[in-house]
Amino acid sequence: MKTKLLTALLLGTSILGTAGVAYAEDVTLNIESWRGDDLSIWKDKLIPAFEAKNPGIKVVFAPSAPTEYDAALGAKLAAGSAGDLITCRPFDKSLELFKKGNLADLSSLPGMENFSPVAKSAWQTDDGKSSFCVPMASVIHGFIYNKDAFDKLGIKVPETRDEFFAALDKIKADGTYIPMAMGTKDLWEAATMGYQNIGPNYWKGEDGRAALIKGEQKLTDKDWVAPYEELAKWKPYLGDGFEAQTYPDSQNLFTLGRAAIYPAGSWEIGLFNTQAQFKMGAFPPPVEKAGDTCYISDHTDIGMGLNAASKHADAAKTFLSWVASADFATIYANALPGFFSLNSAPVKMADPLAQEFVSWRGKCKSTIRSTYQILSRGTPNLENETWVESANVINGTDTPEAAAKKLQTGLDSWYHPAK
Amino acid sequence: MAADIRPKRPFRWHIAIFLAPAVLVYTAIMILPLAGTLQLSLFRNIDQHQVFVGLGNFRTLFGDPNWSVNFWNALRNNVWFFIIHMLVQNPIGVLLAALLSSPKLRFSAFYRTAIFVPTILSFVIVGFAWKLILSPLWGVAPHLLDFVGLKSLFTPWLGKEQYALTALSLVSVWQFIGIPMMLIYAALLSIPDEVIEAAECDGITGMSQFWKIKLPLILPSIGIISILTFVGNFNAFDLIYTAQGALAGPNYSTDILGTFLYRAFFGFQLQVGDPNMGATIATIMFLIILGGVCVYLFLIQTRLRRYQF
Amino acid sequence: MSTATRSLPRTIGAHAILLTYTAIALFPVILVIMNSFKSRAGIFSEPLTPPTPKTFDLIGYTTVIGQGDFFHYFQNSLVVTVGSLFFVLLFGAMAAFALSEYRFRGNTLMGLYLALGIMIPIRLATVAILQLMVASGLVNTLTALILVYTAQGLPLAVFILSEFMKQVSDDLKNAGRIDGLSEYTIFFRLVLPLVRPSMATVAVFTMIPIWNDLWFPLILAPSEETKTVTLGAQLFLGQFVTNWNAILAALSLAILPVLILYVIFSRQLIRGITSGAVK
Repeated sequence: MKTKLLTALLLGTSILGTAGVAYAEDVTLNIESWRGDDLSIWKDKLIPAFEAKNPGIKVVFAPSAPTEYDAALGAKLAAGSAGDLITCRPFDKSLELFKKGNLADLSSLPGMENFSPVAKSAWQTDDGKSSFCVPMASVIHGFIYNKDAFDKLGIKVPETRDEFFAALDKIKADGTYIPMAMGTKDLWEAATMGYQNIGPNYWKGEDGRAALIKGEQKLTDKDWVAPYEELAKWKPYLGDGFEAQTYPDSQNLFTLGRAAIYPAGSWEIGLFNTQAQFKMGAFPPPVEKAGDTCYISDHTDIGMGLNAASKHADAAKTFLSWVASADFATIYANALPGFFSLNSAPVKMADPLAQEFVSWRGKCKSTIRSTYQILSRGTPNLENETWVESANVINGTDTPEAAAKKLQTGLDSWYHPAK
Repeated sequence: MAADIRPKRPFRWHIAIFLAPAVLVYTAIMILPLAGTLQLSLFRNIDQHQVFVGLGNFRTLFGDPNWSVNFWNALRNNVWFFIIHMLVQNPIGVLLAALLSSPKLRFSAFYRTAIFVPTILSFVIVGFAWKLILSPLWGVAPHLLDFVGLKSLFTPWLGKEQYALTALSLVSVWQFIGIPMMLIYAALLSIPDEVIEAAECDGITGMSQFWKIKLPLILPSIGIISILTFVGNFNAFDLIYTAQGALAGPNYSTDILGTFLYRAFFGFQLQVGDPNMGATIATIMFLIILGGVCVYLFLIQTRLRRYQF
Repeated sequence: MSTATRSLPRTIGAHAILLTYTAIALFPVILVIMNSFKSRAGIFSEPLTPPTPKTFDLIGYTTVIGQGDFFHYFQNSLVVTVGSLFFVLLFGAMAAFALSEYRFRGNTLMGLYLALGIMIPIRLATVAILQLMVASGLVNTLTALILVYTAQGLPLAVFILSEFMKQVSDDLKNAGRIDGLSEYTIFFRLVLPLVRPSMATVAVFTMIPIWNDLWFPLILAPSEETKTVTLGAQLFLGQFVTNWNAILAALSLAILPVLILYVIFSRQLIRGITSGAVK
């Protein structure tokens, strides 16, 4: 009753407002996304390609800033004003939305058969029965290096950890370049580009990750502490004041040619290509001894789902089927080098750096980030704590053992895997 | 206090009419939605249903170390944030206002406008600009220190646990100093000349005139700015959020109640928002601020002498 | 004031302090604006020098201008800010007058009730407010923002204004009553002009958070037609976070309109303050 009165009251004042979205005969679909960077690619390439084939459906890409995306989306979904198509974060964040009934079940969507079970796993219920987002892309971790600097100093691309640290020592001794461009101010850089980048080689990728979820391994085990021990050794190779160095600072440091090695995610490729004035190469996280199996983080990062409350579900499904097509995959992967298609159909990519990254899939074993599936469902949140502790370890304010112990204690307080 | 001794009338409609628009808009858009949110603190989401748990969430907040450690840390940081504002922002604000209000000061319009400029800037701009200035990469801060021969003093303040909060508090002071300055300035200007002249006849001039005559007269305004600072500081969020992110690093050293609440209520990254615990924290924040305001309203404000001119 | 109190050293001292603080206040702003006119290399190698012919570059501005309709965003911000300001001041002053002028049962309680709003961040009510706006069809309208900001601004306005209204002389009001003026006339004709300085102060305090708010535009009116300048700038920052040319240009462009608005307002503000001080 009260709400109705208020509503009437507000309606009366709505004359003041400008009109909302004009509904013509065409159906207009709105895409919610955190990828503001991709705005021009959607506007100029993807959406025209879709609209040309599907007259009568208009698509608007409406991104918000990554930091506000989840909170804003949650509020809009709760109130019913969210867009028709929702860009999906991987795993629990989207699973939560599905459980609340915000995302529609897409298991039977035409086109879903184009994806392998692994690709779909990031957007499925725990039992694997329902899928709720179309997988779009994954990102691969590794190191991007300044080829000119390596050539000048006569360094060859390191394969083992010893070679890696020898290279860092050499760059440091020479003094022209900061050996490694990474900061701890934004926290996630230390966790994502550091811990999750080099970690899989220690915990043996999927084996370790699965064992952690089953409760057979603990974060205090040797394989999980060792990456922290290596991170602690990175400290002397970082730039002055790295504690206050932000992620964009690191990017600029590298692309201005002031740093030699950049612990990277493949999504950097597009930006680095336009900003760096020197040749670049990439190498996967070094292994202990030459010939060891290598593991890389090939993380399912982005998908797209259907707002269960959408008024244009059919049109939206048409769009999603197109997102699941090889057509989309080719445009997307080439427009955004470093976002690798999850489509089973092979995609031809033109960018050499992107090719280098994706070639590791052939020789190394892939895994996803260790904290994403199941383990970040409780309080304290393992992923967030991993950010904080990774930064602490590099800053030297926590020892690797102390950091691991904190993480495990936090996890133990709510996570009790069946024995 | 305004004396209002009149014979009793049946109903004074004008009071209702004066109050109505404000009360209506405020109740509809702010109080009802907020009440709807705060009552969530008594419930918990179990399998997508809100189940009444009484004070259970408050027990979790104070009893479960996963919550209480963060809560006390945020509260401690918030108190420090407030102390810095009271010790730095308000005295400097009063000093600037006192200097500005002295008659015949030349360029006073220029100073006034310039000093207020930071206050009109958005947090997005302030956070970004200061991050750039303090950034070790860009090197503006080390350069400046170098000019005065103090380069060795430079450290990456925003990245060090022991300095980050203080540095950000000072940025916040920089941003908001215009508010106490303006309020005090207005109060000083409204002191009647006769009062000042009378003081001068009695030989009270200069500093002692400020302490003995002006300061007591502007005490109510100082009371207002103190309580505004208190409320503002305990509701603060945006600056820390834009400068340090929602995790308020390094190692939660800049976490204040606002950022703690934001993470709990809306979630962050993989952390799913928990409106129930968020509402619980909000309720506690509300009680803290309400307590402070009540102390001011009932203990301080009633004892301040107010002068009508 | 007698000349005895105004010795030269004191004046110099006052100017020294004020100048120092002015420099501190303006330095970051000048730094941002200065560097926005430089090339990328110039920004990084010599941050503290003004642009020279060698480092001068408008690339940041061309990037920004090509990105969004900032002029339109600016208009939206202006409509929202001025609209909310008008309602906050009018409703706030009326309520403050009722609270400070009349004794009635529940006066203190009403004062406390109206002050509640400054103690809880309104952001918490987001979902409920959004539901209300969805139900009344106000999503993606500027009206929604004006309503929220009016509600948000009222508590502080009432709080400050009632404090100042208590300082208005009773004799004046009672004289008016004896002359047979209605309570409304007393309020609009006698009291409002007298509290102008505090109204101006409240106006500035209310204006700033509205102009700079990011959250409600993002939630209630994110469409292209209703985007405010702060939201536009924030999206832009997210998109060009490594492109310092563009960032500094966008920051400068976001600073400029507020600065102009403030300089205009500040004259009114000071005129208000000084006219109020004339006894």
